[in-house]
Amino acid sequence: MTGNRGLWHWLTTTDHKKIGKLYGVTALAFFVVGGVEALLIRLQLATPNGEILSADAYNQMFTMHATTMVFLVVMPAAAALTNYFLPILIGARDVAFPRLNALSYWIFLFGGLFLTLSFFVGGAPDGGWFGYAPLSTQVPEVVRMDYWALGLLVLGLASVLSSVNFITTVLTLRAPGMTLMRMPVFAWMATVVSFLLLFSLPIITIGLLQVYLDRNLGTAFFSAAGGGDPILWQHLFWLFGHPEVYVLVLPAMGIVSEVLPTFSRKPLFGRPFVIFSGIAIGFMGFGVWAHHMFTAGLGPVAEAAFALTTMFIAVPTGVKIFNWLGTIWGGSLRLKTPMLFSLGFIFLFVIGGLSGVTHSIAPADSQQHDTYYVVAHFHYVLFGGAVFGLFSGVYYWWPKVTGKLLNERIGKLHFWLMFIGMNLTFAPMHILGLNGMPRRTYRYAEGLGLDLWNLVATVGSFTIAASVAVFFWNAYRTAKRGEVAGNDPWDGRTLEWSISSPPPEHNFDVVPVVHSEDDFWHRKYTEDASGNAIPLAASAQADPGHPETIHLPSPSYYPVLSAAGIFVMVVGLVYLPWGLSVVGGGAVVTLWGLFGWSMEPLTREDHG
Amino acid sequence: MIASGHAGVVSILAASPEDQELFVVERQMNGASRRRSVVMIVLAALALAACAGDDPTNLARVVGGDVPQNSLNPAGPTAAKVDSLFWMVLWIATVIFVLVTLALVFVVFRFRERKGRSRTVRQLHGNTRLEIAWTIIPAVILAAVAVPTISTLFEIRAAPDPEDNALEIEVIGHQWWWEFRYPEYGFTTANEMHIPTGRPVYLTLTSADVIHSFWVPRLSGKRDAVPGRLTNILMEADEPGTYIGQCAEFCGLAHADMRQRVFAQTEAEFAAWALAQTEPAALPTEGAAAAGWETFQTQCTSCHAISGTSATSQLAPNLTHFASRTSFAGATLDNTDDHLRQWLRNPSSLVPMWPERNDLAAGRILGMPDLGLTEQQISELVAFLRTLE
Amino acid sequence: MSAAVHEEHAHDPAHIRKVAMWVFLGSECLLFGTLISTFLLYRTRTGDGPTAAEIFDIPFTSISSFILLMSSLTMVLAHHSTGRKDWRQMRVWLVATALLGMTFLAGQVFEFTGFVEEGLTVTTSPFGSSFFVLTSFHGTHVAVGVLMLLVTALMSYTGRWRPDAGMDVELVGLYWHFVDIVWIVIFTVVYLLGV
Repeated sequence: MTGNRGLWHWLTTTDHKKIGKLYGVTALAFFVVGGVEALLIRLQLATPNGEILSADAYNQMFTMHATTMVFLVVMPAAAALTNYFLPILIGARDVAFPRLNALSYWIFLFGGLFLTLSFFVGGAPDGGWFGYAPLSTQVPEVVRMDYWALGLLVLGLASVLSSVNFITTVLTLRAPGMTLMRMPVFAWMATVVSFLLLFSLPIITIGLLQVYLDRNLGTAFFSAAGGGDPILWQHLFWLFGHPEVYVLVLPAMGIVSEVLPTFSRKPLFGRPFVIFSGIAIGFMGFGVWAHHMFTAGLGPVAEAAFALTTMFIAVPTGVKIFNWLGTIWGGSLRLKTPMLFSLGFIFLFVIGGLSGVTHSIAPADSQQHDTYYVVAHFHYVLFGGAVFGLFSGVYYWWPKVTGKLLNERIGKLHFWLMFIGMNLTFAPMHILGLNGMPRRTYRYAEGLGLDLWNLVATVGSFTIAASVAVFFWNAYRTAKRGEVAGNDPWDGRTLEWSISSPPPEHNFDVVPVVHSEDDFWHRKYTEDASGNAIPLAASAQADPGHPETIHLPSPSYYPVLSAAGIFVMVVGLVYLPWGLSVVGGGAVVTLWGLFGWSMEPLTREDHG
Repeated sequence: MIASGHAGVVSILAASPEDQELFVVERQMNGASRRRSVVMIVLAALALAACAGDDPTNLARVVGGDVPQNSLNPAGPTAAKVDSLFWMVLWIATVIFVLVTLALVFVVFRFRERKGRSRTVRQLHGNTRLEIAWTIIPAVILAAVAVPTISTLFEIRAAPDPEDNALEIEVIGHQWWWEFRYPEYGFTTANEMHIPTGRPVYLTLTSADVIHSFWVPRLSGKRDAVPGRLTNILMEADEPGTYIGQCAEFCGLAHADMRQRVFAQTEAEFAAWALAQTEPAALPTEGAAAAGWETFQTQCTSCHAISGTSATSQLAPNLTHFASRTSFAGATLDNTDDHLRQWLRNPSSLVPMWPERNDLAAGRILGMPDLGLTEQQISELVAFLRTLE
Repeated sequence: MSAAVHEEHAHDPAHIRKVAMWVFLGSECLLFGTLISTFLLYRTRTGDGPTAAEIFDIPFTSISSFILLMSSLTMVLAHHSTGRKDWRQMRVWLVATALLGMTFLAGQVFEFTGFVEEGLTVTTSPFGSSFFVLTSFHGTHVAVGVLMLLVTALMSYTGRWRPDAGMDVELVGLYWHFVDIVWIVIFTVVYLLGV
């Protein structure tokens, strides 16, 4: 049942690199979907009293735009890069549980398809991406928000399984000599992210379950009429939701921490501090959640406490920014496209981070909350931050994955169009918010003075769309006639550049023995007395490594089968009570998949 | 440059419908004005950056112009306290942004490689003193900012001093309109609130269905109206005037059309208004208006109340003094006969609603249904409603 | 760390699975923590329905808690048997653990049907909702554990039984003890503190 091509090969793969590609392609597809949803929103808001979208269509658009971008684009894009590169960066051949890895992808894909299905069966979720109760539980007869709750539950499951997998991988499969502190920063950030998801997803799992029960069983967890408390939902959601935003941005920060040193020909300045600030952000991220609830009536003592914790989470963030500046200072900067996106990240994330600090000022937030000022803030950190960081990683690692370099001139066009478009779209939103434009409004009236900046933002959004089209053109063109990359096109510092482009299935012919951070760079260079880099002769670069027999995980169809069963189950759960039989059918499929999986040996044969 | 750019924008609130049409046509025809707008934006941004020493309030007017919901143009002490705190923090943030950007730009230009010729580069690994400095200094700045933040927070959240004789108003959010009750006077109205100037107003908020948020930016920050809970806003208007706002927590289909108007008046004018509101309705006894009252009793009283009559339902806006209001339908529509007629003909044509999902027993009201009224009934109802001064 | 030691320890599949189980249990802590927090918030919101003091039968629940506690003992004995490679004894103790677990579940079912008859259902009040959701979640975890115990016992008969069987039993044991500890917390917080 093996082969290297064809649908069956992709359905049954357990190779982390192929799974990474699956995540990547899926994320890009959803990026287009989410982008179209955004363009429709911007068209509607280009003029006052717009008539492009009805109120109902608009509310579905903004709900799905956010849900898509957060859960179906940024998270899987980071998952794509983590899947592909985490094992290689730590000198491993695969993750700890390859079939579980495949299961995570297929559950994710089916979750995304499940959410998309809603568009075709009566309407997509329309309660906002954080689905405040009791609005989310108000109309049980209409199933849209059941799709939302169940969809997020499914996606959360995929992420928790991934987190267990990645944490176990990092703790147990590092190459000999790769101590935790010698691990690349991207690997560190992926680990912190995995812990964030591990601990935050269970909280919202219960919350979503309670929403589902309120809607389908008549409980009153969040219904005031039944004795419940709508504010409990907000606490449960944001206890997940705030760590989630660090989940979204830390991988990008990890990428920036790899790209800047490479393209400055200097190591990351203050490496341990960058790592520790990432860990600090992870911890502190669990202590700031109620800053999303400053207007909910928590009382001044609670609001003051969360204002303080939120202010202080800016400190480790600042530490990273300053260390990045320290990295490029005194370097020899090659302004290639990956570097441009990382530099753009710094500029844009500083803006987003500072507007975040203004949010932490609780009294001021009473004006900013739920306005376009917030929309501006989070797009600066999520688009200017996470997306720019991810594109930096895409351009940086594209040659390793495909063997070809993306075109530089087209890449620079993409960067500048995206940079200009991004600022044109989201900078005016700060003004719109302060001028009184609330979020999630399908139209705004004439005479509010909101017209000009809305129009500017719409123009900006189409500029972004153009930049994305440029990227796809670059990808296509590179596939047809891209420049061959070779193993190490960037004079890289980390282990992935020591193997071929693309890498062999087993990653390393010989598992490396690691002697320092930036181990690969140290095989190519040494430092003289004043710290300058001196290239080493090629003969000095050979490393015997750590020979061993190579065991590769065999393909398996049980992951995709089990995931398909879960998909069938949640469809059934939407349409109770007659859906109960469907749930049963899906459960049978999943149990068959899990049982077969437990009986199946991990590897069929040895590769010598 | 900025002033002329503003002339290009045009304050539409003051303009007549014909002017608006002209403005739209003008904008479509004038590509040059669009280019000018872009230049204006860029120059405005630069001007903002350059005007480091100017009075922030003036800048706010430049940025906002004639903008009725402008939080940067406070009209009362609560909003003003929040505004000055915000500007203080914004200036600090701007300075930090400028410094970091300058550093970034400087480094990129100074150390960039030319023509693929790399330099020998010192492999600096770090500097512990710098790490300590750039951890401590931001923390100290933040701690300094925290002090006025916390004190302002407690100030604006405090209950009013009994000496100040605050006016108490109860605010109840509904989908998609606001109910205002004046317990000191004993009347209920909808969507339009009158308050006296120079005296604090203490709002107690809750909701009848989902979470809403009451927000009149020029008077105070927003506060959520949560079912099953009570929250508060302390606000005050310095000067008489009209201050508008809208619901700021997504509450469903017509969230964007859930608005409010606050009329700040002198004490005397306010007292006169309040007194008039406490009067029960004077019901008409003849003509179209009387016929309208008959129709009202059969078609409308399951949801609408008129004090002094047997119509007491609280599911929809209290209409006792409907004709005295300047707007209706969540303060989205001006209270004209044309609007009223169209509303009675087909409410969902003016504001999107889902009356088919109404469940009166459970208290779930998602809009006014199309009652299938004849034109005659509509005319009579309009005549009746116009008597409700 | 020398390369040899690292390889021996770190890439051992049994060790890897143990790390994964601990990581997974970390996640489960938050899951039950959220359920317990919800219960704590809602425990006095009894609406028109019975309160904790009115409905709980502490002596009965104490007995079923004791039974679950004993199942942890038999679990330890099962794991101990694998160390001596006494598969027969191991099976005995695994099945004993499963039986004790099933007895506990039977006790839960009996208790809950009683509550329903006395007027506390999942929709009676937030107290009822959060109580039943919390305890049902726990009960489901116990049921999954019973399944794992029986499957492990069964698998030991087949030729697929691996040399590191001790690790499989240890993994099931970790899970089982965790579920037991969660019950101790629930019993204390929900039952004992509730009355």
